[in-house]
Amino acid sequence: MKINQKGQKKERSKNLYYGFSFLGIVIVLYLVLSFFNPEKIYRSLYTSLDIIIQILPILVLVIFLIGITNYFLKPKTVSKYLGVESGVKGWFLAIIMGILSHGPIYVWYPLLKDLRDHGMRSGLIAVFLYNRAIKIPLLPVMVFYFGIGFVIILSIYMIIASVIEGKIIEII
Amino acid sequence: MANKKIVMTNKESIVASFYKALKSFGVSLPALLGVILLLGVFKTYVSPQLISSVFTGELFRDTLLGSVIGSVSAGNPITSYIIGGELLKEGVGLFAVTAFIAAWVTVGVIQLPAEASILGKRFALTRNVLSFIFAILVAIATVVTLRVIT
Repeated sequence: MKINQKGQKKERSKNLYYGFSFLGIVIVLYLVLSFFNPEKIYRSLYTSLDIIIQILPILVLVIFLIGITNYFLKPKTVSKYLGVESGVKGWFLAIIMGILSHGPIYVWYPLLKDLRDHGMRSGLIAVFLYNRAIKIPLLPVMVFYFGIGFVIILSIYMIIASVIEGKIIEII
Repeated sequence: MANKKIVMTNKESIVASFYKALKSFGVSLPALLGVILLLGVFKTYVSPQLISSVFTGELFRDTLLGSVIGSVSAGNPITSYIIGGELLKEGVGLFAVTAFIAAWVTVGVIQLPAEASILGKRFALTRNVLSFIFAILVAIATVVTLRVIT
């Protein structure tokens, strides 16, 4: 248990180190670009703020879901439904979860990491992330631009591709 | 008494669960903030006109290009449909546009640092490379099937 906690702590500080390094590089990029065109950088900051306001409800939802996962889902339950022994049901569950999840892809990374720590298979994480391409509320817009036949065929191939990708990720 | 004890333990663990949730989310926060700031720059500097100006009309090159541009672009999928629709109107092939739409959501070069720092470098790289290849394959399969059916 202690070793596990120590490992998690080490991983956390490694994640924080990477996160801060990346954030630092982006800040340097902002500083450099602001020398060339301060007005555009001001607009970029404004756009970023706009994105934060838009994704705030989803961020709260994700934190809530992580909390609920910690409380209700014990590693045994997660590995039963999304772990190695989950079988075909696990693949279906990951596909449905991916299709139903909302908001930008990156807000889901922390929850997926948490689920993986609880026993979720990497292949199923890939399946979840791939199926985020199929968004039911957005399908009418896609039909408007490309037609119903195109949307149905594309969605079917996307689901097939997600499963193949998940399998390959687990093999390599 | 025993019941009370159970309730107390549950209450404590609910607080602990959410504290843990906040903590694990907090660890991801710098990477997420980096991605959001990068998206701000992307949206300001890269316009849909700039994206459509890159295509040449050559089938294979455009399909590959569609996947590349979809990979480095990011944002709401609706934006990709709108740009894709405009590209079609301008005469860009359906292979290229489909690869572009597929890669837009499934490959995230801008999000890659965050994905790598939260889910692991190896996983993020493998997933994005595979999704890039699949965007092209899905585009070919979709357009060929559509043409066979209609």
